Amino acid sequence: MKILVCISHVPDTTTKIKFVNDKLDTNGVQFIIGPYDDYALSKAVDLKSEKNATVTVLNVGKPETEPTLRKALAIGADEAIRIDADPIDAYFVAVQIAEFAKQNQYDLILMGRESVDFNGGLVHGFVGEMLGIPSLSPCMSLEFVGERTVRATREIEGGKETLELELPFVAGCQEPIAEWKIPNMRGIMTAKNKPLKVISAISVENVLVHRNFSLVPERSACKMISVEELAELIKKF
Amino acid sequence: MSSTLSKRPIKGGEFLIRSTEAHEIFIKEDFSEEQRMMASACKDFIRTEIEPHIERMERLEEGFSKKLLQKAGELGLLGISIPEEYGGLGMSFNTSMLIADVMGATGSFSTTYGAHTGIGILPIYYYGTEEQKKKYLPKLISGEWAASYCLTEPEAGSDANAGKTKATLTPDGKYYLLNGQKMWITNAGFADLFIVFAKIDQDKNLSAFIVEKSFGGITMNEEEKKMGIKGSSTRQVFFNDCKVPVENMLSTRENGFKIAVNILNVGRIKLGAGVIGANIMVMNYAIQYANQRKQFGKTIGSFGAIKHKLAQMAVCNYAIESAAYRAGQDIEDKIADLEKNGLDPIQAKLKGTEQFAIECAIVKVLGSEMLDYIVDEGVQIYGGMGFSAEAPMERAYRDARIARIYEGTNEINRMLMVDMLIKRAMKGELDLMSPAMAVAQELTSVPTFETLDTSVLFAEEKDLLKRLKKAFLMIGGKAVQSLMMQLAEEQEIIMNLADIMIQIYALESMMLRTEKLVAMRGEHACQAQIGMVKIWADGAVSKIEHAGREAITAFTAGEEQKVMLMGLKRFTKYNPVNTIKIRRQIADMLLEKNEYPF
Repeated sequence: MKILVCISHVPDTTTKIKFVNDKLDTNGVQFIIGPYDDYALSKAVDLKSEKNATVTVLNVGKPETEPTLRKALAIGADEAIRIDADPIDAYFVAVQIAEFAKQNQYDLILMGRESVDFNGGLVHGFVGEMLGIPSLSPCMSLEFVGERTVRATREIEGGKETLELELPFVAGCQEPIAEWKIPNMRGIMTAKNKPLKVISAISVENVLVHRNFSLVPERSACKMISVEELAELIKKF
Repeated sequence: MSSTLSKRPIKGGEFLIRSTEAHEIFIKEDFSEEQRMMASACKDFIRTEIEPHIERMERLEEGFSKKLLQKAGELGLLGISIPEEYGGLGMSFNTSMLIADVMGATGSFSTTYGAHTGIGILPIYYYGTEEQKKKYLPKLISGEWAASYCLTEPEAGSDANAGKTKATLTPDGKYYLLNGQKMWITNAGFADLFIVFAKIDQDKNLSAFIVEKSFGGITMNEEEKKMGIKGSSTRQVFFNDCKVPVENMLSTRENGFKIAVNILNVGRIKLGAGVIGANIMVMNYAIQYANQRKQFGKTIGSFGAIKHKLAQMAVCNYAIESAAYRAGQDIEDKIADLEKNGLDPIQAKLKGTEQFAIECAIVKVLGSEMLDYIVDEGVQIYGGMGFSAEAPMERAYRDARIARIYEGTNEINRMLMVDMLIKRAMKGELDLMSPAMAVAQELTSVPTFETLDTSVLFAEEKDLLKRLKKAFLMIGGKAVQSLMMQLAEEQEIIMNLADIMIQIYALESMMLRTEKLVAMRGEHACQAQIGMVKIWADGAVSKIEHAGREAITAFTAGEEQKVMLMGLKRFTKYNPVNTIKIRRQIADMLLEKNEYPF
């Protein structure tokens, strides 16, 4: 069984976000595997022993994302692919993943429900559509009930939905699909001997233009008002 | 590490009589991606396995610490620099320092971890026979077994060789029977294996034994009630006819004291690394609190008094980081050099570490005292909350205090560094005499006034460092010359000399680290680090001036005293630095980053 895990390279969730020239100021920022992608990766590593699977981890990014890929190798992925491009938006990333997946025929494609930088939550749906296979998200559990049949649950408004579907498909994962794994020291040492291939991106039509970024305005101080004033204010609205 | 390949070999203690170039030292920023990933995995381990369960650890919940050791073993954290054939990773000495650094943030567990991986595992690795290593190391490194080290006794603390525990050979010659009492034994409550020091018959010196709990004849008192590291098991251990097979003697008869001393060298430098993680944890809490807590309508971090504390905490930690990793790499390079010259790897490790015993002691004293400063100010910044057991500072404050006591008290370590330096000079291993005599000559000659090119980074500080070393040589040389064997009795003077050594080593390490960083990142990006060096230099000058004056006044008189005091003044001259302004800049950076960013 071949599993593809797509990971994002995102600022640590405790990062203080600042912008310089309309771009994230990365100075001193610690980058990590997207926390939801980390669940996907952990599930894939569990399936390695359970289903004798091989796990390929993929990121669309520039060379600075390689430490993140190597961490995924340390956690247990067998090989890493970096599609060399600045990920412009979800559509761009999805096209790159779909193109790569088409050529390599994966049984299962896992990723996080969303990346925690832009939180788009779009890539899994796009990839499924582009490959013509099902996709589901947010996937909270995934168990094999047959050779190629999987029972999965996803969170829906007000409850959970249990689905049974055949491989191949795409899943956007979230907890509690698997427990996050801490890479062990030996894993870290062997990671450098595992293959990390860099491939060129294909050109994609630009469908989205970023105009600018701005921080969420700081909350202004709380103003205490009298009951009479409140009535007045409500009327105004 | 390619970063220090081109260095000239240096001997332990030699920093006092020669200069070092920035590229010759290892700095924290030199760690590779792989080493950083290991540190980061260790942080994940702490975040997921320890932090959420601190209360369970602190009340010594049965089996909890042992389980943690096992989990650490599964991750490969227990044998970082032990060869793979025994289940370790075979990584460098400084990698194990880095992991000790990160583990330092775990309070009680860092003691559990340090005792197991240091004084527990290392005696077997360094002194064990091949059979002993094969039998015990894999179990200890996987975390299946926990280790403990039994040296201290009620009447034998700092004077370890005064231990009364006896080992008597059984008539059949197959066993030693151990009888005696050990105290302050870390990990005793759950250890499966004890390294025990005892005297055979009427021997003058200790011998060491590997004792399995299952040998029987081992009983224990209840857990000690301690000020801090309450989550680390500490008990008295009694040996009553504990039957140890003769093949479980470690090394040779009467070699125990040497084992103890050599293992403690490693323990000391690791403790110096271990405080870094604790420092950073406390600083991050303090910085975040200073950014949140408002009084008089402003965050307390906006007040100068708090900025002073935050900046000084950062300076202290920068000092110990610089010193610890520099010394760690010096040890590692020496080991590599000895191995290259054909020495057996274990012997190379022992000799390499022993060579830097002075630096190990310096790092231990400096580290534990920086930690105590940092936790004290951490409590102060938290104000009333700092005194509350509900907030993290209270525990950090209590946990820190032991660091100045164990692995040899700071007083013992101060005596040791001076004593060892003098011994090396006497043996001719270090030529302290000629430079000391040159300084004595300089005292009575007309001072030369060189003009410094102050546009060069650290021109003044480098010149100062040279003079501070002269101050040490002047006082130390004179003390040896006039007090001779009596110097050992003049402990106050020895403390003064040790303080001067520590200040010099820290200043030089910080300066070289910063110089190396500037070469890597440019001066503009290193303004805070440059400021920290200047702040340390400014403090070192007054500390050395004070310690020097006290020592000189104690053993000289008349004209000689006058000349030396004048010399001291000349050697400790440093142009005024606006430390208030620099501290504010550093504090603003810490507050902006909301953490210790170096």
